[in-house]
Amino acid sequence: MKILVPIKRVVDYAVKIRVKSDKSGVETANVKMSMNPFDEIAVEEAIRLKEKGIAKEIAAVSMGPKQSQETIRTAIAMGADTGIHVETDKELQPLAVAKLLQKLVETEKPQLIILGKQAIDDDCNQTAQMLAGLLNWPQATFASKVDIKDDKVHVTREIDGGLETLSMKLPAIVSCDLRLNEPRYAKLQNIMKSKKAQLNVLTPEKLGVDTTSHLSTVSVEEPPKRKGGVKVENIDQVVEGLKKNALI
Amino acid sequence: TSCLVIAEHDNKNLLSGTLNTITAATKLGATNISVLVAGSGCNGVAETASKVKGVNNVVCVDHASLEHSLAETISPIIVQLQNKENISHILTPASNFGKNFLPRVAALLDVAAISEITQIKDADTFQRPIYAGNAIATVKSSDKIKCGTVRTTAFDKAPTEGGAGKVVSGNDWAVPLVEKALNDTHIKWESSEIVKSERPELTSARVVVSGGRGMKNGENFKMLEELADTLGGAVGASRAAVDSGFVSNDLQVGQTGKIVAPELYIAVGISGAIQHLAGMKDSKVIVAVNKDPEAPIFQVADIGLVADLFKAVPELNEAIKKAK
Repeated sequence: MKILVPIKRVVDYAVKIRVKSDKSGVETANVKMSMNPFDEIAVEEAIRLKEKGIAKEIAAVSMGPKQSQETIRTAIAMGADTGIHVETDKELQPLAVAKLLQKLVETEKPQLIILGKQAIDDDCNQTAQMLAGLLNWPQATFASKVDIKDDKVHVTREIDGGLETLSMKLPAIVSCDLRLNEPRYAKLQNIMKSKKAQLNVLTPEKLGVDTTSHLSTVSVEEPPKRKGGVKVENIDQVVEGLKKNALI
Repeated sequence: TSCLVIAEHDNKNLLSGTLNTITAATKLGATNISVLVAGSGCNGVAETASKVKGVNNVVCVDHASLEHSLAETISPIIVQLQNKENISHILTPASNFGKNFLPRVAALLDVAAISEITQIKDADTFQRPIYAGNAIATVKSSDKIKCGTVRTTAFDKAPTEGGAGKVVSGNDWAVPLVEKALNDTHIKWESSEIVKSERPELTSARVVVSGGRGMKNGENFKMLEELADTLGGAVGASRAAVDSGFVSNDLQVGQTGKIVAPELYIAVGISGAIQHLAGMKDSKVIVAVNKDPEAPIFQVADIGLVADLFKAVPELNEAIKKAK
C-alpha cells in the first residue's frame, strides 16, 4: 500500500509573528520556517504504518516556492521514500491545494492520504475534507488513533465532548490531531542523505489545475490589545475584584 | 441573500452553537434563513429550531444512519438543498461538528470555505483570525455561494422564542442521497465515548476554570472542579495539561482545542503560551493564579495572583463560598 502525505512549509510555531505595516499580510521574510507541526504527525504516522509492514511506500508532497523542497527533504530524512514538489510562487488556498492533490492521486494511486488537520499559519482546517469531497472518498478528521486491518482503516477521532471511532474502506483520507503520536527527530545521517534525494518537480500548469484564489485578502491587522497585567496581593483582593465585576 | 444554517444537535436538543450561528446569518442581511436539521428521530429538534427568532424555514431529514453526523452523508444533502433553493450562504458552527463537513461541501460546490468567521462586514466580506489569533484577516469572497464556519463566541445567541418557521421534511429527496453516499464511501460509524458531565458545556459556560502543567497531575484537577462547581462553571485545560495526560483532550482550550469567551476565566498553573491565549483571550474577566510572576498569562490577566496554587485555589473556593 502506498501512502501520500501532503505537507506544508509554515512559519515556525515558536516565532512571534509580525503583521506588515501596510496590512497586506504577515512578515515571512527572514523568519524561521518549518514543517507544519500537524503534518509532522502525519509523516510520523505514515512511517509507523510502514514499520509495521502495512505500508510499502510513502510519498511526501509539498506545494509552494522552491524552498518547500527543504520541507520535503525533512520528511524524507524522517523516513518518507519519495518527494513531490508542485512549484509555484502564487498563493495557494485550500481548494487549489485539494485540486492539485486530486490530480496527483491519479498518477500516484495512494490507498491512504494522511495529513495534518490544519496549518498553523492560515488555521483553515479544510484541505483533507475538500480533497475527500473531490475524490468522493471517506474521511476521518482529527484522528487520535489509526488502525489498519485488511482493507479497512479504523480511526478514533476527536469530537466535541469525547471520541468516536469510524471504519472506512480504503482508499481513504485521515487528518491528524495532536494526540495521534509524537514525531521523531531525523537522524543526522538521514538528513545528509535526504539532501541528495531526487524530487519529482511539477507545476500547477503541468498538472492542468486552475489555482485562482476565490478569497482575496482585504487586510491583515493586529488583534485589539487586551488590557491586563493587573496583579493583586491576596485572595481577598481576588474576591473583591470578582464582586466589582458582578461575577459573584 | 438567503442563508442556510446547518444545525448542530444531538437528536434531542438543538445545541447552543446553532443559535450563535443564526445570529451570524441575520448579520448578512439575509432575506431568508433556513435551518437544516439532519439526524435520526430529530423532529423535536426541528420544532425547536423553527421557533428561534429569525428562522423562516426548517428542513428536517430523518434517517437512522444520520444518528451520528458523518461528512459523507450530510454533504450531499446540503449540496442538493443549495441547488433546489438557490442559497447564497451556508453557515455552521466552527465546532468539530461543523469543521468536519463544511469544507467538503465547499469543494463539492467548487467554492472556497471561510473558517472561523468572527465578524461579518457585508455579504461577501468576513473577518477571521489567523496565526492562532495573532493576526486578524479580512477576506472578500468572489464566489456566488459562500460557505463558512462561525466562531460561536463572536456572536450572541439568537432568542429561542419569537420565530415562526415552517418545518418541512426533506426525506423524499434526501434519503436516496444518504444511501448513495454510504454505498459510495463505505464509511461506518462504530462507537463513541462521550464524556458525561454535570457541568455546563465548555464553549458556552459563563465561567471556565482551567488548569495547566502547574497542576502536576490529574488528581489535582479535583480542586478546580470544586471551584468550578462553586461558580457554576466548566473545567478546561491547557495543551500542556492534556499532553501530560492529566485530563482528556476535549477539555483543551486553545488554538487547536476549544475557543471560549466566558464572563470569567480562571487560569490556574497555566503559563500562557500564545496557543492557549488564542483560545481564551476574549473572555470578559481573566483571573490568573501562578507562582511564576513572569508567566505571560499575567500580561492578559485582569486579576493576577502570584501564589502557590495548591494553597490559593482551596482558599479562593472558600472565600467565594463565603462571599456569595
